[in-house]
Amino acid sequence: MPELLSSADWQAFRLTLALAGVTVAGLLLLGTPLAWWLACSRARWKVAVEAVVALPLVLPPTVLGFYLLVALGPHGPIGGALEALGGAPLAFTFAGLVVSSMVYSLPFVVQPLQNAFAAIGRAPLEAAATQGAGPVDRFLTVAVPLARRGFLTATTLGFAHTLGEFGVVLMVGGNIPGETQVVSIAIFEHVETLEYARAHALSAMLLLFSFALLLAVYALNRRFQAVGL
Amino acid sequence: MPYRTCPILALLLLAAAVPAHAGEVRAAVAGNFKATIEALEPRFEAATGHELRVSTGSTGSLYAQIRNGAPFDAFLAADRRRPRKLAERGLAVPGSRFTYAQGRLALWSADPERVNGPQALRGEFRRLAIANPRTAPYGLAAQQALQSLGRWRSLQGRIIQGQNINQAHQFVASGNAELGFVALSQLSAPGRPERGSRWLVPQQHHAPIRQQAVLLERAADHAPAQALLRFLQGPEAAELIRRFGYTIPDDAE
Repeated sequence: MPELLSSADWQAFRLTLALAGVTVAGLLLLGTPLAWWLACSRARWKVAVEAVVALPLVLPPTVLGFYLLVALGPHGPIGGALEALGGAPLAFTFAGLVVSSMVYSLPFVVQPLQNAFAAIGRAPLEAAATQGAGPVDRFLTVAVPLARRGFLTATTLGFAHTLGEFGVVLMVGGNIPGETQVVSIAIFEHVETLEYARAHALSAMLLLFSFALLLAVYALNRRFQAVGL
Repeated sequence: MPYRTCPILALLLLAAAVPAHAGEVRAAVAGNFKATIEALEPRFEAATGHELRVSTGSTGSLYAQIRNGAPFDAFLAADRRRPRKLAERGLAVPGSRFTYAQGRLALWSADPERVNGPQALRGEFRRLAIANPRTAPYGLAAQQALQSLGRWRSLQGRIIQGQNINQAHQFVASGNAELGFVALSQLSAPGRPERGSRWLVPQQHHAPIRQQAVLLERAADHAPAQALLRFLQGPEAAELIRRFGYTIPDDAE
């Protein structure tokens, strides 16, 4: 069999996995406290935060891409601040793609976590409190284990959704091999240049990979359900 | 209630069903020619009574769309290769091909101090924007120029690619890339002051950018499309095309 994937295609695939991995790690770190707050808070303006979190679900990628390009560039608030601090603007860098992907995939991580936390209810936490557990302790030893299905769903959906990112990257990526040329962009370029064999190979690979990922999660979720978690 | 909406609906249906009294021509136009075709459009419409609908993209991208049956009547490419290939494949009318403009490549920066010649490529900068050489002829010309200047290899990692020349231009205009290779026509629209600084790349550094137009096979007998190609070869169009920084070669091939 001839080599279906060139080294550039493999590089794009590895880069995509790295981007999805880093993005999900960052989103779990920031999204967990946010989801916890959303699940517990009774603040009136909570609904506004919920709406903001859901925005990437409905906005076209061009709106996100445009704002990110402006914000991350040297004249934008984020890019400008970084430059003033002696750093480099984020547009057209891997770090810039991570920031973009975190915005893009935010609801896919926060919403399952929020639902999982909300489903726990107050009883287990209050029980833990009566036994003298502090708030951090309660969160880590009671809430997180009980919300494990939520974490699994959030991690998978965040990861898979970032794999599927295209429009935003097209606008803030710049198609740099090894840095911002992710699989979706590589496929787009193969299609544009009528290299259908390479487009087929990469597309099939992404399709199978994403399917396997989702299959694993649904299967795991069923097992959790079966054992009462 | 339904009776009240009925006349409006009928009117809408009528408007949709009645064809425009003159014809319509759909043109696929290479990105670098966007501003020029927009300036040509009202003149063409005034001169012929036909309506022109323009879709822009990179030459390679439009070529792929036409190969896949996109409903265009005419193709204004930024090279000769793609119109020729369409003619070879029977997707374009062979005799209709002609060079409507010859473009120039410019190294450009939004910073008025930055570019004073090829040495700008040796200065300090993070990003150099070019159009994707595989789909955009101006990107290919940029690659050839960088190779000719001995900077292609050493600048890898700092080169960012736009999907077409307009995206490359946007990268530079927004300050996200300090430098970029763009089409001269993007910088020198008549009546608009030029921004930043530029170096007009001497033509020995890249193959000539001969931009050819071709009538697509599906519009072989479509009078409005034929009128557009005739209009592009006329003196009124030529005068305007020149004002955007193009030259018009006498040789058709």
